[in-house]
Amino acid sequence: MSNKKILEIKDLKVFYESSRSFFTGKNIVKAVNGLNIDINQGETFGLVGESGSGKSTVARAILNLVKSNSGEINLEEENLLKLKGSKLRSKQKQIGAIFQDPYSSLNPRMKIKDIIAEPLRVQGKKDVEEDVKNLLKMVGLDNRMDNRFPHEFSGGQRQRIGIARAISTNPKLIICDEPVSALDVSVQAQILNLLKDLQKKLNISYLFIAHDLSVVKYLSLKIGVMYLGKIVEMADSETIFSNPMHPYTKILINSIPVPDPKIERKKKFIPIKGDIPSASNPPAGCVFRTRCPNPTSDCKDGKSEMGLIEIEPDHWVDKCCVNCK
Amino acid sequence: MKNNYKLLDVKNLRTAFNVEGKDVTVVNDISFNLSPGEIVGLVGESGCGKSVTALSLMGLVPDPPGKILGGEIFLEGKDLLKFSESDMEKVRGKEIGMIFQEPMTSLNPVLTIGKQITEILELHQDMSKEEAINEAIDLLKLVGLTDPELRINDYPHKLSGGQRQRIMIAIALSCKPKILIADEPTTALDVTIQAQILELIQKLSNELGTSVILITHNLGILARYAHKINVMYAGHLIESGTTDEIFYNPKHPYTAGLLNSVPRLDLDPNIELPTIKGEVPNLAEFNEGCIFKTRCPNPTNNCKDGKSEMGLIEVEPGHLVDKCCVNCK
Repeated sequence: MSNKKILEIKDLKVFYESSRSFFTGKNIVKAVNGLNIDINQGETFGLVGESGSGKSTVARAILNLVKSNSGEINLEEENLLKLKGSKLRSKQKQIGAIFQDPYSSLNPRMKIKDIIAEPLRVQGKKDVEEDVKNLLKMVGLDNRMDNRFPHEFSGGQRQRIGIARAISTNPKLIICDEPVSALDVSVQAQILNLLKDLQKKLNISYLFIAHDLSVVKYLSLKIGVMYLGKIVEMADSETIFSNPMHPYTKILINSIPVPDPKIERKKKFIPIKGDIPSASNPPAGCVFRTRCPNPTSDCKDGKSEMGLIEIEPDHWVDKCCVNCK
Repeated sequence: MKNNYKLLDVKNLRTAFNVEGKDVTVVNDISFNLSPGEIVGLVGESGCGKSVTALSLMGLVPDPPGKILGGEIFLEGKDLLKFSESDMEKVRGKEIGMIFQEPMTSLNPVLTIGKQITEILELHQDMSKEEAINEAIDLLKLVGLTDPELRINDYPHKLSGGQRQRIMIAIALSCKPKILIADEPTTALDVTIQAQILELIQKLSNELGTSVILITHNLGILARYAHKINVMYAGHLIESGTTDEIFYNPKHPYTAGLLNSVPRLDLDPNIELPTIKGEVPNLAEFNEGCIFKTRCPNPTNNCKDGKSEMGLIEVEPGHLVDKCCVNCK
């Protein structure tokens, strides 16, 4: 694998303005609050966290589907947030996307061949028939199926169509937002293997977003754990699982039941208390303090500061929680 | 606690749905039982008939298009399929409680939490309004909701997914049913909240002696919580046994395939995940023979020709496997 940086996100902030309330005025939701990520060519970065942690907002910001407030999103050293018009579009064709729901992400009125060819046509390419047939073959579908409509396919097959569409423009980076969470286990394994194969063949980078750590581990080289708009721990995949330092990472890993009764019976664990707080009103100080198993009195008073520190080479943990454990 | 008394005994249950004028059997000759205090898992992929099995037990199969074609469902010796609708109303909620996958849609958005719980208590338990409110507060405490006295006046939209699922459990347990059917209770929730809810269900089952039918597609959950497991495939029950037997000694190629295809935290991610080739067949188009023949790694000629017969046989005490596939592997 090369060390060529494909994507570099620097201090990204994405805020939503939620409904104005008569009494409190504007309500700002800090969905992504100071995020830094690097992804090298041919590598996968896994982003995990609960719903409401802001991981999908990161995906949408990179795809320019929401407006970012500040920071940089550099694709091969060019800041997408500074580009406009045709320059932005030509840069954007290097980013593909695969979505969670294979039912709603394909237009039911379009034939498969048109769905897959659409990105190519938008880029101004003609005579795409041969390309479509090749793409179908690459994702493991019979290329005689190209005249059918999405409803004639199962969930797994539809996700393959979504993948064919995502790789049609030869992207450098594909944003995978929970691509297998709607699929059954036996089909999920097929899709994960396909994603891995394509990465090897085409040298694509993935930003892989999921809430299931075991799925993320299967694909990712590096993993970032997100909580309330911030990354609280980031390291290579091995380290995250063998030496998790943040209490939230530990709880996430522990919450996943391993399909092995003997291991499960030995495991002693107390589930995390409560729910993730609302991003419109995050706790002051350390955002994790309301669910931290061991907060100091500084944490409880909201006086602790957050920020990633490198505790060993390439292993970053939030400085507040390194000490709380 | 666990004994051989069969609280629930399902025998040869067959349920069909009418699709474009044709009866498609989606639950095909299913037999299983449940002892007091036991947690039994029902596992399978979408479309395998797990939820229709649950609805059949509750007498909630929509008719038309659905119809129970045959079989018996004995609850404490009495066949529920012979019950009238008004008799079934007394069974639902009181004898068998149920929680669903979608905590977001299974509560009524225009009624307060308190109203939704007291309603049942007043109806089934003949409680006065005041008694019912006190009981509701106790129930909310039991399921671990903070500030139940205040929460009782909240509407569902104010609560998170995990809190709503706790309320669903409180409602399901309000009449102290002997059986709780949990149909994918945590599929819509985050892993952290999933752990909270499942620990709660296990704790309540232990404390109250409630038997649980845990329907899921997640084998990890069953490894942790189930005593026995029934594996379903395309409407058929293809393997059944204790949790250890199913995990460490699976006899059916589908069970083995399902176990192998789960990505696990404790395995090397560089090894390619084994998969089960293909997908579940369309039941409306399926003709005859062993239902697994299209995905079987090792079908015999008889299987391919659709001549093989299905049916569970006991390979070891308490471990049942479909007879066709025992020989194929």
